[in-house]
Amino acid sequence: MAERLLEVKGLKVRFATEDGTVHAVDGVDFELDRGKVLGIVGESGSGKSVTAMTLLGLTRDKNTRFEGEVDYKGQNLLDLPESQLRDVRGNQIAMIFQDPMTSMNPVYTVGDQIVEAITTHEPTGKKEAKRRAIELLRQVGIPNPQSRVDDYPHQFSGGMRQRAMIAMALSCNPDILIADEPTTALDVTIQAQILELLDRLRADFDSAVILITHDLGVVAEVADEILVMYAGRIVERGSKRNVFYDPQHPYTWGLLGSIPRLDRPKPKKLHSIEGTPPSLINLPQGCKFRPRCPHAFEKCFEEPELKNRVDDKGHLDRCWLTVDEKRGLRDSTIAGEERVVA
Amino acid sequence: MLAFVIRRLIGMVAVLFAVSLLVFIVFILIPGGDPAERMAGKNPTPENIQNIRAKWGFDKPFYVQYVRMMEKAGNGLLPGKHSEYDILRSFDTRQNVAAEIKKGIPATFSLCIGAGIIWLVFGILVGVISAVKAGRWSDRAITVLALIGISMPVFWLGIVLRYFFAETRTWFPDGGYVPLTQDPAQWLYHLILPWFCLAVLFIGFYGRVLRSNMLDTMNEDYVRTARAKGIPPGRVLGRHVLRNSLIPIVSLFGLDFAAVLGGGAILTETVFDLKGVGWYAAQSVGGLDLPPIMGVTLYGAFFIVVFSAFVDFAYAYLDPRIRPT
Amino acid sequence: MAEPATDLTLDSASLLAAEEHEVSIVGRSPWYLAWRRLRRNWVALVSLVVFLLICVACALAPVYARHLAHTGPNTVHAGDTVIVSGKPKEVIGGGSHYDAKTNKFIVAAPTYLGPTWWHAHGRFVLGTDNLGRDVAVRLLYGGRNSLKVGIGSALICALVAVLLALIAGYNGGWVDWVISRFFDLIWAFPVFLLAIALSTALAINGFHHFGISIEPGSLWIPTLVISYVLIPYIGRPLRGQILSLREKEFIEAAIGQGAGPLRVMFSDVLPNIASTVLVFFTLIIATNILTEAGLSFLGAGVRPPDPSWGNMIASGQDQIQTAPWLALIPGIAIVLTVLSLNLFGDGLRDALDPRAKVRIER
Repeated sequence: MAERLLEVKGLKVRFATEDGTVHAVDGVDFELDRGKVLGIVGESGSGKSVTAMTLLGLTRDKNTRFEGEVDYKGQNLLDLPESQLRDVRGNQIAMIFQDPMTSMNPVYTVGDQIVEAITTHEPTGKKEAKRRAIELLRQVGIPNPQSRVDDYPHQFSGGMRQRAMIAMALSCNPDILIADEPTTALDVTIQAQILELLDRLRADFDSAVILITHDLGVVAEVADEILVMYAGRIVERGSKRNVFYDPQHPYTWGLLGSIPRLDRPKPKKLHSIEGTPPSLINLPQGCKFRPRCPHAFEKCFEEPELKNRVDDKGHLDRCWLTVDEKRGLRDSTIAGEERVVA
Repeated sequence: MLAFVIRRLIGMVAVLFAVSLLVFIVFILIPGGDPAERMAGKNPTPENIQNIRAKWGFDKPFYVQYVRMMEKAGNGLLPGKHSEYDILRSFDTRQNVAAEIKKGIPATFSLCIGAGIIWLVFGILVGVISAVKAGRWSDRAITVLALIGISMPVFWLGIVLRYFFAETRTWFPDGGYVPLTQDPAQWLYHLILPWFCLAVLFIGFYGRVLRSNMLDTMNEDYVRTARAKGIPPGRVLGRHVLRNSLIPIVSLFGLDFAAVLGGGAILTETVFDLKGVGWYAAQSVGGLDLPPIMGVTLYGAFFIVVFSAFVDFAYAYLDPRIRPT
Repeated sequence: MAEPATDLTLDSASLLAAEEHEVSIVGRSPWYLAWRRLRRNWVALVSLVVFLLICVACALAPVYARHLAHTGPNTVHAGDTVIVSGKPKEVIGGGSHYDAKTNKFIVAAPTYLGPTWWHAHGRFVLGTDNLGRDVAVRLLYGGRNSLKVGIGSALICALVAVLLALIAGYNGGWVDWVISRFFDLIWAFPVFLLAIALSTALAINGFHHFGISIEPGSLWIPTLVISYVLIPYIGRPLRGQILSLREKEFIEAAIGQGAGPLRVMFSDVLPNIASTVLVFFTLIIATNILTEAGLSFLGAGVRPPDPSWGNMIASGQDQIQTAPWLALIPGIAIVLTVLSLNLFGDGLRDALDPRAKVRIER
């Protein structure tokens, strides 16, 4: 059994705003072992980015309230004072962000920014840090790193910048690398390269990766385990095989159905999930996906809503339909056939 | 880089030319009427007027007049003897305008350099404090104070300062200027109130601009990246937030500083009887004596044009994205 | 990585569409949201009320003058006496005079009647000036002039700047080049000096070109001068904003649907810059009132004997020792007016766009 790095239990994050309390994350549990890739999938506003930022304490604010536990190697990161948390950030848990265009400070060279990450956590001389920065840039596949290290971010292309961001994140050999939509802002061909790079570096550096995306196609490439989030909570969780080949939650079906596939008969129309995600201030009664779910029935109004249903494979979901009902309904949903009433 | 500098310098010359043309138009064409008649006094004879007209060249076409005017302005600065009509002179006092402006420079520079340092330092301080404390009561208090600062007419503030600190209580000298070379202590003593008076508006203004720049910058992705790297908050603030927020302040400061050096501190100079460049222009307003105002306006525009070129170079240095390669 | 599911393509169009939908959840007009934010900002609202009260008070100056102060703004009462709290008092007393008893000429500073507040039944509420005129009446009339110039020049300035920015930003090319260079040219002067220069030049014979005739001493001179010199301060940032709007899809779509340039400019571009213009307009009234005050202080703005807050301070400056209220009171009026505008403008900007970068550069 690989080393357990992270255990998140009942995490809740709420923001107080002018319009009311936003329940951004509403009870999330997961574990992460060394060497594994965890994919978190969901629409924007599903709480996946807030979850990730909260692990590093980046959502801490006077208007934010936390509940639950983020257990990293025996210490609860939620309770850790800011000064100690800073030693974790970038050093043990590092993060890369969606938009490599804006995630680097335009007025410092790429090398300077990597050096800054190193010298913040390690008593390293400037020269030594720069040598390491060059080495890191080489490892992430930047050609000619000796000279590129002195370039400014605007002189890098989008893909190169994301590589440089990854180099920066890996500069202190972190245990966990959180990648928040690392490929969204990039061209399709570059996306695949970056994912491949992430996967290779995960093996090289022996760290764990949390990959956050709204794109099931991205996690399909690299993730070991997948969390599907909706309205701040996990609606389905399982191994990649489970989620892709035996999806249990209608929301997951919707996500899968909205991706055109070559291995299935051509759908009548590409499925789309009707409606819009709920407001996180006034959540719907019962199952949060109910208003958009084509298969909703009376039980879905019930409060409290279904806790994660566990079956023997460690495949969790949050839907009241029985497994047999689901298997009957989902293929037609994914295939984009007309709405079937359960 | 060299091409950039040359391009910028050519642009500078072009703007200076356009500026001088505009000044000429404002002063010769707008008033209309016959300047010779105005200059000839109360009961002029026709020959008298004709005489003035010929001597000052008012009968020539306007482009000839323009060249003459620039020539005369230039002659005022150059050493050597020039005849009465070869130098730009005040209509009223017949003094050499260029020489008078030159006389005012020490007072103006003393005022502006001191005030510039004060407003820059305190403006940044005010901006940083209110940005860091954004939303708290200290930020609100600073915001109100800064707004009061930019809502006060500078000349009124000057009068009030003089009245309370130099007249009812004689803590400071009641206006006037003592050259630095003559008595440094008195120089400083005489300048404290004017420095403060001129700086107040800018402190408020820069503080507000910097505050909003910093709040914008704090929301930038790269600041989040810096925090995610585990950099301590002080360093995030200094190296990432402040460094990037100060870039627009540099251009503001360059242009404001040029404007006050170029006579833009006219109200402060007038209120405190600092016989500087602006003061010289103000003296000519009452008598509608155009040449001194014209001279000072040109002089002021010169500073702004030169400083805005400096600002561009500084920008290129500070922001690698617009650095020419 | 041996799982076979990699044949999924990376298409996520429907998810992106859902993401955009999220924006419309709130589904209310931006003006409504702005109003809702502004309503909560009591400082801004109080400031607006203060400013409006000042405007109303100044507009009612003739009523006040006729029915309460019983005098005009330029009426001299140097030799009069006023009953203050039942006792007669000279409006201007003392001064150098010939004393018949001692047969000596006594040199003395005159004493001016200070603020009577309400003890003289509305007369000389704020005292007298050096010529025996009622300061309160002059303050209101002066405020009328200052506000006329301030608001008038802000209107003209905003109008011209918006038009120029629209034309430049929308057309681009050489039109943009010419207009930008025009902005640059004004920008190259110290604003205040340029205003003084123009005002002085215009004070000689007024303006009689292009079929426009303005007499020297007209309020139009400071109004037009101030609006002219401040055009680039609104025009430049607006032009930039319009240039970037020009690249937006909805403008291209409008053009693609065959909308003419005028239609695009006024029904597609203008509504998108309206909030910026509104904020600039509020803040520039404040700037213009200050500029007018400065010009009048130097004698290049509103011409005496007509009062304006600026020239009242200028004439009060000489009596600061004997009658400090002469210079202090109009200054306080300026600070109150300008501060209320600045506070309201600030609140308005925050309400319209919490992250706006609108600001007036000097």
